[in-house]
Amino acid sequence: MTNTIGCIEKADLILVTGSNTTENHPVISAFIKRAVSFKGTKLIVVDPRRVKIASFAHQWLRPNLGTDVAWINGMMNVIIREERYAREYIESRTVGFEELKKAVADYTPERVAEITGIPAKQLVDAARMYAEAKAGSIVYCMGITQHTTGTDNVKSLANLAMLCGNVGIAGGGVNPLRGQNNVQGACDMGGLPDVFSGYQKVADPQLRERMAAAWGVTGLPDKPGLQVTAMIPKAHSGEVKALYIIGENPLVSDPDLNHAQQSFEHLEFLVVQDIFLTETARIADVVLPAACFAEKDGTFSNTERRVQRVRKAVDAPGQARQDWQIICDLATRMGYPMAYESSEAIMAEIATVTPSYAGISYPRIEHQGLHWPCPNPEHPGTPILHIGQFSSGKGVFNAIAFIPPAEAVDAEYPLYLTTGRVLYHYHTGTMTMKSEGLMDRAPESFVEIARQDAIAHGLDEGAMATIASRRGSIQARVQISAKAVPGTVFIPFHYAQAAANTLTNAALDPISGIPEFKVCAVRLSKAA
Amino acid sequence: MSEPNTITINGNAFTFEPGETILDIAKRQSIDIPTLCHLKGATPTGVCRICVVEVRGADKLLPACATPATAGMLVQTESPQVVAARRLILQMMLASGNHNCAVRGSDGRDWTHFQMGVQQDDQSGELCPVWGDCRLQDLAYRYQVDGHAFPRSPSPYPMETVNPFIVRDFARCIQCGRCVQACNEIQVNNAINFGYKGAFTKIVAAGDRPLRDSDCVFCGECVQVCPVGALVEKDVRYRVRQWETEQVRTTCSYCGVGCQLNLHVKDNRVVKVSGVEGVAPNYGSLCVKGRFGYDFVNSPERLKTPLIKENGQFREASWDEALDLVAARLGKIKTDHGPDSIGVLTSARVTNEENYLASKFTRAVLKTNNIDHCARL
Ligand code: SF4
Ligand code: SF4
Ligand code: SF4
Ligand code: FES
Repeated sequence: MTNTIGCIEKADLILVTGSNTTENHPVISAFIKRAVSFKGTKLIVVDPRRVKIASFAHQWLRPNLGTDVAWINGMMNVIIREERYAREYIESRTVGFEELKKAVADYTPERVAEITGIPAKQLVDAARMYAEAKAGSIVYCMGITQHTTGTDNVKSLANLAMLCGNVGIAGGGVNPLRGQNNVQGACDMGGLPDVFSGYQKVADPQLRERMAAAWGVTGLPDKPGLQVTAMIPKAHSGEVKALYIIGENPLVSDPDLNHAQQSFEHLEFLVVQDIFLTETARIADVVLPAACFAEKDGTFSNTERRVQRVRKAVDAPGQARQDWQIICDLATRMGYPMAYESSEAIMAEIATVTPSYAGISYPRIEHQGLHWPCPNPEHPGTPILHIGQFSSGKGVFNAIAFIPPAEAVDAEYPLYLTTGRVLYHYHTGTMTMKSEGLMDRAPESFVEIARQDAIAHGLDEGAMATIASRRGSIQARVQISAKAVPGTVFIPFHYAQAAANTLTNAALDPISGIPEFKVCAVRLSKAA
Repeated sequence: MSEPNTITINGNAFTFEPGETILDIAKRQSIDIPTLCHLKGATPTGVCRICVVEVRGADKLLPACATPATAGMLVQTESPQVVAARRLILQMMLASGNHNCAVRGSDGRDWTHFQMGVQQDDQSGELCPVWGDCRLQDLAYRYQVDGHAFPRSPSPYPMETVNPFIVRDFARCIQCGRCVQACNEIQVNNAINFGYKGAFTKIVAAGDRPLRDSDCVFCGECVQVCPVGALVEKDVRYRVRQWETEQVRTTCSYCGVGCQLNLHVKDNRVVKVSGVEGVAPNYGSLCVKGRFGYDFVNSPERLKTPLIKENGQFREASWDEALDLVAARLGKIKTDHGPDSIGVLTSARVTNEENYLASKFTRAVLKTNNIDHCARL
């Protein structure tokens, strides 16, 4: 997030898109609901499902799946045509406005209506509402990123925010909500193929030299590595022979699961380090038992870049050990002695090699976490990014054209499928499905469908349906719901027994490598 | 006497900001005015009146939580009149329903009969489930009252136990309305409100349906703010006593909000979770996963030893054996096929420190940049 969670309550307008906030980020949804209910903040929700947060909205826009660039360009078209943009801000702080202007010129509300299904008048109203706000906050989640055009979608939202001068101010910003507790931290710490911690490029020879010196090694590899969505196909083709998987369960979370399963079987050696024998651990050659969050010390970085403490409350079961200790032992056995007294000592090293974490230490975050960038021990942290100036100099507008999703409905697969989560479960359910209470509330997978689609397919509430895509098929119980819009069904991806990702399309965003989980074509029938 | 924005509490003068209530100022000055219904962040309702104070010139006692300070105000927070009023309120609360902790009074009058009735309702032979962790009990001690001043009035409503998370015990509800405010003004789930009238007042979900069939999303905010034993976590009720537990503050391990929570630990097990109040980002609020989704920690299915697969079957192994094997196999694959034939998936679930070491291990030891995590999936 460019801004903080608390900042949401300072906005005059919030635009929520591709986020089922009340179910996936319930506590953040409370900030939004409070602002709207008690502070007169306006709310626009743009989502293909009539999600709960939409019931709080002044306007709910319903785009067809995968048409985000079109409606965002459409809003910018209106704002530019009506000259409602932040002229001074654009002149002094950004570049590329003329190109943007050209790129969105033909996204008239009428044309956008054809692509997105959003009525022209609604789009115009929403554009005006956003442009009129003194501070407008954009909040988004995987509904924006999990597309073949995910990167384009994100850039388009940034365009919109800059167009109205909403980046770098309290109550504004472009605010992605991270789905998992420490996605932010995994990225910050170099859990990515092209960067060391703090997003320092591996391709940069100077940085490589610095890291090599700090780590006491030579010959750090200079070529960016493979993204997860490339590793798996390469496992299939035999280029990748071994995988060491820490705390992940790709055999439920990956797209096109049948293919992923075969790829894993081609591996020569698979090590899985986890707290449970997950679907992925089951096919491993070696399984290493790890401690869970309640059994370890350390830090997580949340979605607003706040680095917060994790503290050990109980002992790990049996011989399970903290992940960092396991990694140290393995490194040592492979000829690189690695040892730390504590997680605090690791953080001290992180601070020396990571400029954005340089000022972070356990004593400083004992009571309240700090927002990075925090470049030195006196620095108060940076709750809001890009104040006064963009961290990279000028804010860049990107001229972006709409590209349709990779898969469209046809006669054979006439319905759109989108996937996501439910309130009571988390990711692949490894943790939540151990809770009787959570299982009582959400015991099994379902397919959420609009009443008229259910009738057209002869499906009754509670009946079992077979859902098939070009890649596979699963069965799930029919749930007729007002959340669903005719023509589009929804299935949560948590459940291994009816893994929605058997159906999803592995087509990737060319830059982020994120698969298009949010759009594929399916057909439904009564289960035999 | 009337300097601008100065108020005198118990003889001491304090300055204040316009809009502050008497309670706000007292809190800042560590003057202890008891409260029950007051909930930070929500509109003051003034329903319980336990916070009443004496204000010179006012014809009745005023609730400190709902009375804005005015210049020159003279306030007494523990005058005889104030104490008498508080005692009366507490006596009435204690006389209604099933307040069977020791403050109820054990002078023998109707003790046995009363206790047996309550134990029947509770299906437990123990005293109140929140004994030792109850604001009403605390105040009864502080003001030295018991429940005998008024005839006992039993609750007209049976306990609700049909959902997996929260027991609603109407016989211990003092109708302070904090839960209603927590649900409507803090979490804005709008699931519960006051229902019925007079002696039949009850906190209800729409249509007086059980929570499980209502708009309730089991965030448990209401449980956390309930000052008495009317809302208790099902798994905690009669299993865990507050004094048996230790609290460890940490960060939630589910979504990216990073809520600050307290793990309540008894005998090396996590037995309850509560939100940490007064600190960002969540200021005490949690969702159902963070508050109730901790069973996995104690699950019998947790992995306890390293496993090595042999002929398609796992067998248990020692750490030495397992790590030697992993080091040898990875080392050999690296030598035979080059570093880029190995990939590492680190995790959005583990700590920063662990992610950093995973990156260091991949780059400095394996000598490849093939590292990623599945968080975008
Ligand atoms: S658990 Fe949450 S949603 Fe349910 S009644 Fe309590 S505060 Fe409201
Ligand atoms: S249930 Fe608890 S919080 Fe709600 S009104 Fe009763 S006593 Fe107050
Ligand atoms: S309590 Fe809920 S909202 Fe808060 S971090 Fe945990 S999962 Fe997210
Ligand atoms: S706390 Fe002030 S009236 Fe209840």
